[in-house]
Amino acid sequence: MKKAWARSPTCTEVPMRLNCPCCGPRGLEEFIYRGDATVRRPDPAASAREWVDYTYMRDNPDGWHHELWYHAAGCHCWLVVRRNTRTHEISGVVRAADVARASAKDTGS
Amino acid sequence: MQGSRYSILSLLREALRGQAGWKPAWRDAQPQPAYDVVIAGGGGHGLATAYYLARRYGVKRVAVVEKGWIGNGNIGRNTTIIRSNYLLAGNVPFYECSLKLWEGLEQDINYNAMVSQRGVLNLFHSDAQRNAYIRRGNAMRLHGVDAQLLDAGAVRRRLPFLDHENARFPVQGGLLQKRGGTVRHDAVAWGYARAADRLGVDIIQNCEVTGIRMKNGRAVGVETTRGFIGAGKVGLACAGNSSRVAAMAGLRLPMESHVLQAFVSEGLKPFIDCVVTFGAGHFYISQSDKGGLVFGGDIDGYNSFAQRGNMPVIEDVCESGMALMPRIGRVRLLRHWGGLMDMTMDGSPIIDRTPVDALYLNAGWCYGGFKATPASGLCFAHLIARDAPHPVATAYRLDRFGRGAVIDEKGMGAQPNLH
Repeated sequence: MKKAWARSPTCTEVPMRLNCPCCGPRGLEEFIYRGDATVRRPDPAASAREWVDYTYMRDNPDGWHHELWYHAAGCHCWLVVRRNTRTHEISGVVRAADVARASAKDTGS
Repeated sequence: MQGSRYSILSLLREALRGQAGWKPAWRDAQPQPAYDVVIAGGGGHGLATAYYLARRYGVKRVAVVEKGWIGNGNIGRNTTIIRSNYLLAGNVPFYECSLKLWEGLEQDINYNAMVSQRGVLNLFHSDAQRNAYIRRGNAMRLHGVDAQLLDAGAVRRRLPFLDHENARFPVQGGLLQKRGGTVRHDAVAWGYARAADRLGVDIIQNCEVTGIRMKNGRAVGVETTRGFIGAGKVGLACAGNSSRVAAMAGLRLPMESHVLQAFVSEGLKPFIDCVVTFGAGHFYISQSDKGGLVFGGDIDGYNSFAQRGNMPVIEDVCESGMALMPRIGRVRLLRHWGGLMDMTMDGSPIIDRTPVDALYLNAGWCYGGFKATPASGLCFAHLIARDAPHPVATAYRLDRFGRGAVIDEKGMGAQPNLH
């Protein structure tokens, strides 16, 4: 008899490995999680409320989540990982520098 | 009301009748159209809240709605430790209130929760750590909480099997709280559920909250998988999922959900007679009454809504255990599991009103919700019934982050390095 958990979607993609754009697939223990990648530092003149939101408040989504990982035991690259918080599935890993450059181009700054 | 009062006589009677006369411990209640208070979340905190609402605050019509079954969440997934060895003024009275409630719990709810005050010993391994524990012990004693500093010799006599001469982390001593210990965690859920049920609380299982209905900025009930349930007041006590449920009322919270794993080994003869924490890492261990070693360590460290963990943390926790007590190296791991923690950004909980009228929040217990169960229930019930914070929980405000009044006991929030 097949065990139900073997076919469960929650067990198909376990983030035991992150595919670092510089180093290739590496064990999760090489990386340090550094939180939500979607929060944006407000303008220095922003209101106290905006700063509190930026510092403490989080969307904490149940599902797809863009997050920062630091490859501490590898290339020291900061990565933006798209990961499903419900299933641990990973659908994309890009360098945070590339994301920052693309967003700077978008805003024309 | 059903279910007899447990006593030596009822035990004898059932022993002679072949244990055939026991009734279910609580009714399988059907949702009524409306209640005075609906608590979302049938974990330890939700059940305790309902119990104290009915028992101490005389609220008549109370319901607890639980998406799964009683004992399915964190109340059935923790390492059973109780203690009140805190440092900060916002925390000590609250956790001491909780420990005192634990001490009288079994008589209070007429249920054997196996409260065992076997002691909690926090080891230290450096001069700086010793100073920190002396300070913490002093803070506890100033609040009338028991604390005792043990030197290296006293720890060695009590726990001879530790790796006292470890090259990196020699055991220099420990801070002992004798009144700390363990409680049978499932019995806490069952006992509170039974006691609340006897007071007329409806415990509605397999009933997931899918929305919070609002009228003119006021919560008037919850939408559930079993229909709408009206409520004069709604209390949220759904650890792990607090963000999701609060979002149904348009709230954004200062917390992330993380998974924390716990572990149980095969059964062994008794050899650890207290709870031991390894101050150099983040590792804690005790031995259950069945003989299994119950232990845990850090959260997995990334947002998760999967109630299961990942291998690197298992390795990390087991390494910490081996560093502390090499003799457990050949013990087999029987099982491990993960539960969801609301990690607040300062590592401390929230018991407060929300910006929505008639909606109350009990959340953010981080790793430490179990020991807080009775006081959390009492304080949340007080808040809901009186619309004012209980005197021992005045610091757990939702707006403390914006006011700069964070309670950073150990810098153990979800991402403490960022704050």
